[in-house]
Amino acid sequence: MSIIQLENISHQFGNLSVLDSLSLNLNKGEVLGLFGHNGAGKTTSMKMILGLLEPTQGTIKVFGESPCSSNFNHFRYQIGFLPENVSFYQELTGLEVLQFFAKLKKVSLTRCEQLLQKVGLSDAASRKVKTYSKGMKQRLGLAQAILTEPSLLLLDEPTVGLDPIATQEFYDIVDHLKNNGCSIILCSHVLPGVEKHIDKVAILSKGQLAAFGSIQDLRKQTPLATRINFSGCFDIEKLSNKLGIAITSEDDGNFSIQISSQDKLNIVKTLLAQPGINNLDTVPPSLEQLYRHFVLDESKNKNEEFEKLNCEKINQEPSSDTPKQEKNKKRDAL
Amino acid sequence: MKSVLAVAEKELKDGLRNRWLIAITLIFAVMASGIAWFGSASVGSVGFSSVANTITSLSSLNVFLLPLIALLLSYHAIVGEDEDGTLLLLLTYPITKGELLFGKLIGQTSILAIATIIGFGSACLSILFFADGVIAADLFSAFGLFILSAILLGMIFICLAYVISSWVSEKSKAAGLALITWFFFVLIYDMGLLGLLVATEGQVHADIFPYLLLLNPTDIFRLVNLVTFETNGTGLLSIASDQSFSLSGLLISMVIWIVLPFSLAYYRLKRRPI
Repeated sequence: MSIIQLENISHQFGNLSVLDSLSLNLNKGEVLGLFGHNGAGKTTSMKMILGLLEPTQGTIKVFGESPCSSNFNHFRYQIGFLPENVSFYQELTGLEVLQFFAKLKKVSLTRCEQLLQKVGLSDAASRKVKTYSKGMKQRLGLAQAILTEPSLLLLDEPTVGLDPIATQEFYDIVDHLKNNGCSIILCSHVLPGVEKHIDKVAILSKGQLAAFGSIQDLRKQTPLATRINFSGCFDIEKLSNKLGIAITSEDDGNFSIQISSQDKLNIVKTLLAQPGINNLDTVPPSLEQLYRHFVLDESKNKNEEFEKLNCEKINQEPSSDTPKQEKNKKRDAL
Repeated sequence: MKSVLAVAEKELKDGLRNRWLIAITLIFAVMASGIAWFGSASVGSVGFSSVANTITSLSSLNVFLLPLIALLLSYHAIVGEDEDGTLLLLLTYPITKGELLFGKLIGQTSILAIATIIGFGSACLSILFFADGVIAADLFSAFGLFILSAILLGMIFICLAYVISSWVSEKSKAAGLALITWFFFVLIYDMGLLGLLVATEGQVHADIFPYLLLLNPTDIFRLVNLVTFETNGTGLLSIASDQSFSLSGLLISMVIWIVLPFSLAYYRLKRRPI
């Protein structure tokens, strides 16, 4: 069942287009990683899913209902949200802040203490929020987001300010919620470590969806190389000729090759059949590489188009400019 | 309704924590007791003079102080939450913008109401116990009305602060506008009106002029605390003293002064880009 469905969403602030025909969907129990550079439209998309912003064009359905409609209010009990950079009421204690939010969601106050324990804040529960570190505020934010075992959880930069252990604990909570059928959108700049916790990836670039699908799907769409590391005792030159690929020897005495994902199976078979190889490890392109590929590719394509357009323009307009001036003009235009 | 109370409770707690409540209560108590006992020092006597004098002096002083306190208490109500990111978060909760604003009004009015009741109430009791020849019923009715109208005046300026707060995008701007609002209603308006009266040499229609006072909530507050006594107001208020405004009419106009800005603040909050 589709929990979230975005169809051709566009949004403009005045003349500035923030989102351009964005379509994606999220099913029950899925975790979507939403990635993009600053200003790519991640937070805007989240606000739209939460019904805080109406799209200029397109339709949004969350739990099958438009999030801006007045009927949507009772679904809000099932939604958890952790905004980016939230600073809670400074004069209240952590427990009081959580109890305030619990009252709004009609959650029993005893659950607040349990939750604070779960996010590791029970020692600081009776301290004022203004004494909290960034990481502690982030944990308090997470606690309020999961007050009601939500069916939909939106997390905007959730691991900013968390130490590695707290980050791991955070992902444990995410995995637990996901196993209970919660759909989660995770917005992040920190890509390493996210990979194994997400089912789908959406990469936004300048308000457009540059890529959407499972990590496997995305890997198939790119020519990015898979790396195979192996070690053992064999004739490098012979093997290299057999595979038709150059073998790199690493400093640690291991060897590696870079191959495209289509060739992977055949090459692994060949390597396995090779006597003397005692260890083999395939490393597919990481999320970070995929992200770089899609974001840079997107802007490269756009730049090329732009350049082409400009060149055509310059060619069409016969001018008396010297070549140097023309070059400057082109550079200015770019 | 539960969400409204939750917001109100949070605001009250906030007010208690940052010592607003204690500070305002002390200011009110000192001001009221000071005026009750030393209010007539300027005419050469020290000690309690009369209930009417005390209330009149208190209301003319309170007209400066209370609006300022109310504006300072509330100017960041919306814009402050927006800057902290909690407004964005709250709106994803099952609470409407109207409930949020109403909860804030109840919470912040409670802070002012508690301070007013304790601060002025204690002065009232000290008069009852230590002054001679005071009729308890008169004292209570005068102070009761004074406290009630003070709370209403506070609410009016809290709502005006909400209008500012839901309109602007920065807390510092809201603070500046709040000060301008205070300056306008407390100082400029009456001066302008007086100026108009003098400049036109009283040519303004006598029936209309007193009603212009109703356009300034601080003047209504002073009128409320005048009509019950036989004394005539000084300055601009003396014009209205001839025109007999009824007490209930004045109180209703104060309520209108609460409802209108509150509705405007709600309208702005509805349209506020998040």
